[in-house]
Amino acid sequence: MRPPSLLCLLVPLLLLALGLSLGWALGDGLKGYSGERLAEVALELVPESGATHPVTSVLLNFRGYDTLLELAVLLTALLGIWSLGPAAPPYPPPGLVLASLVGWVVPLLIITGGYLLWVGAYAPGGAFQAGAMLGAAGVTLTLAGHPTGGLPAEPWQRLLAALGTLVFLLMGLGLMALGSGFLIYPKGIAKWLILIIEATATLSIGVTLIAAFLGGRPMSLRNRSR
Amino acid sequence: MNPEILITQMLYGCIGLALFLLGIGSFILHEGLWRRLIALNVVGSGVFHVLVAVAYRGLEQTPDPIPHALVLTGIVVAVSATALALAFGRHLEDQNDHA
Repeated sequence: MRPPSLLCLLVPLLLLALGLSLGWALGDGLKGYSGERLAEVALELVPESGATHPVTSVLLNFRGYDTLLELAVLLTALLGIWSLGPAAPPYPPPGLVLASLVGWVVPLLIITGGYLLWVGAYAPGGAFQAGAMLGAAGVTLTLAGHPTGGLPAEPWQRLLAALGTLVFLLMGLGLMALGSGFLIYPKGIAKWLILIIEATATLSIGVTLIAAFLGGRPMSLRNRSR
Repeated sequence: MNPEILITQMLYGCIGLALFLLGIGSFILHEGLWRRLIALNVVGSGVFHVLVAVAYRGLEQTPDPIPHALVLTGIVVAVSATALALAFGRHLEDQNDHA
């Protein structure tokens, strides 16, 4: 069905007007402002944050709330996907070439994920990149015919998917109970707290991405034996 | 401010803006769930592009980490929203097939 022609004419014109005003706003925002930017404040505080890479310190320390809620968004999306129905049937088993290629690629992806997690403290990397690597490993396994993309049984999947949000939240509440405020890390142990949060978040993100790719509730053991 | 930095920021920012507008136009004008989902993702990419352009502060200085963190957060949210939308779409198609 074709939309009416008036719409086809009107929409580009309105978009052009929107684009011009947004472009003007962008240019004005970039050159018109001369006061203190947030970047200087953030970069100054990076040495105290427990991670030497600025993006990691912003994500895990200065804007910890954002990252916590982001993990919660991932979890919520997964709950939505699981509540819609069972997963799609698995792909057919692969030929010899694909099977041996997957045998090479998946371990490499997992090692790269671990490296990215560790390097995130002082260079580009971190929990999300590492989680994406784990997700890619699972997607590769799924495409090669593995029924659960390398994920463990259903109860473990639930635990792993919730782990990142849970640990992050408990850490925040624990720090609050110790009197230092929600997600305000004490200076000495900030590095270790961030590492624990990042490691659990990596696992959760990886599991969530794989489960989302499978596209439905994991088949329980009872259903599978039928 | 250094004009070279400003030109770079404007160039990349305007490309992001163009992606944003193309995505919105496609979202409004075209029917079909999958096409609209892709259009929304193009809109998101445009927004990320603008944020990354804003973060650029010349080759000598480290880029502003806050827009970078926002983009990283945004990518994850966009991926999970897309996955949920795909699951919804598949469910809708299944129901239409049965009806």
